[in-house]
Amino acid sequence: MPLTNALRDDILASVPSLRAFAISLSGNGDRADDLVQETLLRALANIDSFQPGSNLPAWLFTILRNLFRSDYRKRRREVEDADGSYAKTLKTQPTQNAHLEFEEFRAALEKLPQDQREALILVGASGFSYEDAAAICGCAVGTIKSRVNRARSKLSALLYVDGADDFGPDDTVRAVIGGSGG
Amino acid sequence: MKDVKPQAIRTAAPGKQGGLNAEIQSRIGHQLRAMYDDVVRQGVPDRFAELIRKLDVPNPDPQLGSTGDQANKNDGRE
Repeated sequence: MPLTNALRDDILASVPSLRAFAISLSGNGDRADDLVQETLLRALANIDSFQPGSNLPAWLFTILRNLFRSDYRKRRREVEDADGSYAKTLKTQPTQNAHLEFEEFRAALEKLPQDQREALILVGASGFSYEDAAAICGCAVGTIKSRVNRARSKLSALLYVDGADDFGPDDTVRAVIGGSGG
Repeated sequence: MKDVKPQAIRTAAPGKQGGLNAEIQSRIGHQLRAMYDDVVRQGVPDRFAELIRKLDVPNPDPQLGSTGDQANKNDGRE
């Protein structure tokens, strides 16, 4: 469909969640914004292929995901987010404890296989239905469900059950858990 | 310190080591959304608002063969 003002507004309205998705995928704020920019340019260039009345956010997320994956293959995450540049994208400075917990969560999320991570984010954070998430990822609904489930179990193992060893530097946490849990 | 969380979870879910109990799941969901929404709340950065606004300029005469590409290319695609 042609690029109407309404459509343009809808695209703009999707930008915040596109950024959040991009940051969750890439773990890096700057890279994420480049991804979003590329997504918008591509969407606008291909706006004719957007079906009026269909799910615009899902369409945009699909573009972003595909861009990320092709880019990802090239880069192989050569630039890891070692200095917590994700945290720098946050406006509200978290308290020390919240920050630690947040970093831990993000680190655990990074450990998930990419398929599982994106499925979990789409369903658990972006609020897409399993059906939409499946369309975005180009796979079956059942596949999305199982990826989300595996992502959740892995996160829970990493963060809450016996994952202390996965956070190597934090001996204090390990000692506390190992010493008092029973 | 960090010791409160794991112990609290353990107390709340005794004996469910590998399982996905509800409290852990809700905690994961909460953290996931908190992380995500923190970015969402930042709204639309100027660079994207401008990028889309640039395309507001209607093509005066499409038959000249000049499409909206120019606006795109100016925007530093990399």
